[in-house]
Amino acid sequence: MSQHFVQVQQASKRFPQGRGQDDLTVFENVNFNLEKGEFVCIIGHSGCGKSTILNALAGLDQFTDGGLIMEGHEVTGPGLERGVVFQNYSLLPWLTALENVKFGVRARWKEWPPAQVDEHSRDYLSMVGLDDVIDRKPSQLSGGMRQRVSIARTFATKPKLLLLDEPFGALDALTRGVIQDELIKIWGRDRQTVFMITHDVDEAILLADRILLMTNGPEARIAEAVEIDLPRPRSRAEVVKHPHYYRIRNYLIDFLVNRSSTLRTADIDGRGLSYPQSINPARADADSPTPDEGDPANHKLVNFTPKETHHG
Amino acid sequence: MDRTTTEWNLSLNMRATLVALVLLVVGLGLWEGLNQVPSGGNTAEMTEYEKLMGGVEDTARVPPPSDVIERAWQELSNPFYDAGPNDKGIGIQLGYSLYRVLTGYLLAAAVAIPVGFLIGMSPLMYRALNPFIQVLKPISPLAWMPLALFIIRDSEASAIFVIFICSIWPMLINTAFGVAGVREDWVNVARTHELSPLKTAFKVILPAAAPTILTGMRISIGIAWLVIVAAEMLVGGTGIGYYVWNEWNNLDLTSVIFSILMIGVVGMLLDMCLATVSRLVTYEE
Repeated sequence: MSQHFVQVQQASKRFPQGRGQDDLTVFENVNFNLEKGEFVCIIGHSGCGKSTILNALAGLDQFTDGGLIMEGHEVTGPGLERGVVFQNYSLLPWLTALENVKFGVRARWKEWPPAQVDEHSRDYLSMVGLDDVIDRKPSQLSGGMRQRVSIARTFATKPKLLLLDEPFGALDALTRGVIQDELIKIWGRDRQTVFMITHDVDEAILLADRILLMTNGPEARIAEAVEIDLPRPRSRAEVVKHPHYYRIRNYLIDFLVNRSSTLRTADIDGRGLSYPQSINPARADADSPTPDEGDPANHKLVNFTPKETHHG
Repeated sequence: MDRTTTEWNLSLNMRATLVALVLLVVGLGLWEGLNQVPSGGNTAEMTEYEKLMGGVEDTARVPPPSDVIERAWQELSNPFYDAGPNDKGIGIQLGYSLYRVLTGYLLAAAVAIPVGFLIGMSPLMYRALNPFIQVLKPISPLAWMPLALFIIRDSEASAIFVIFICSIWPMLINTAFGVAGVREDWVNVARTHELSPLKTAFKVILPAAAPTILTGMRISIGIAWLVIVAAEMLVGGTGIGYYVWNEWNNLDLTSVIFSILMIGVVGMLLDMCLATVSRLVTYEE
């Protein structure tokens, strides 16, 4: 079992409350594995602790209980083998776009001569389509461009595990689409393992191999792991035409709208130290039925825009 | 508003310059006009006292601007002459003052910025040092002078110490404030890139806090320049503060006014230097 790339076991996060009160449990009993080269998205309503899980993977935060093992070693702090793309870009505003990327590259390969650092950085900036603006400061770039710089900075250090904290949350839909395609392109080059938070169901289907679904906090759990077996390489235009696309999408939306709040934590905990049930909505008709009564994937198409899945 | 701009067709800057010039001319004109020595042609009407004093004036008059300009021309055309302890060029005197200010100021920066870093990074040190800072900060720098003279036994070094002690607080407090306020995200960027604490301090925290630190340095240089005049009046010997006091003792009001203006000009130049540095390190978020 120790062959998994990343293992999270029995993780929980609690915050102490005032005297005489029980601790506030944000999530507990969280178990999941990441395999090498896998693209995993995690979806859940605000407050379920997704960001805490991501920050713990990054080493910036700690679980209250539980273990976090990557390649056989416990994760105790931040490291260059794990790269983070923050939601608010976190570019250093006094450096230009190029200098921001070089900052990461220089930290990663301290022995590289300046010319090599420069070439490598420019290479990644051009991969996200920013050849023309590399000498601008972040304040002179649009939100989409800033996030591209941030993506280039993180991918340029070639981390083994990439952690994306809702990277497109602050962008408009058109920009988001373009950068999603760029993300697929840049990811396709090295096929690193990616763990990404998103609120956008379509984005998750487009990018992920597996989608972890979290129930609502407090006391949130990872309820299910939905497999997305749509063929790769995917593109925004093609993926929606796949016969399974809307079945998966409806399944996810049904989870977010209905089941994420009604799922009893007891039902999930009943299985002890267990990993979230693997679900494949596309094959659900043929295989075993889903735990819910009736197959939500068979419901009529519901017209939900991704925005409606934002809560609180 | 539209009418004004089209009718006058002048930029705001040009109009401001025009108003400033008008105010200058009117101000100088009033000063010149109100300080004319009345024509005392009729010696017969003079009282005995006036005859004794050699004129009709019973009050001292402020020298008119024409005299000051003439004196400025004299002094500035030969600023570095040295004709003994009580007769040195304005350039030499300002040089002494600048030397003291910059020495004390740089020493203060060398202490305040590292200590400010420490206080800003460590809540423990902040709490431990805060009471000392709060008590020491409001002490007038000149109050230190007797103690400094007693301990240091050197008037020159005491003046520098007074500059040191007055310029340290704004720099210390602003550095601590700037360092403590560095965005968590930027520190996280350093952490995820495995930067050493020293590299984090120089590559992330220092540039992030630099605008706030520079603000403190700018306040400090202003205070240091204010204090040096008073300190040199006390210490004596050399410097622009001593020069002002010496000319007062000589009852040479023209030189006093001239040196007051020079203090203002040099203070402005010092501030402009730091404003330029400040612009270099300012960033937009």
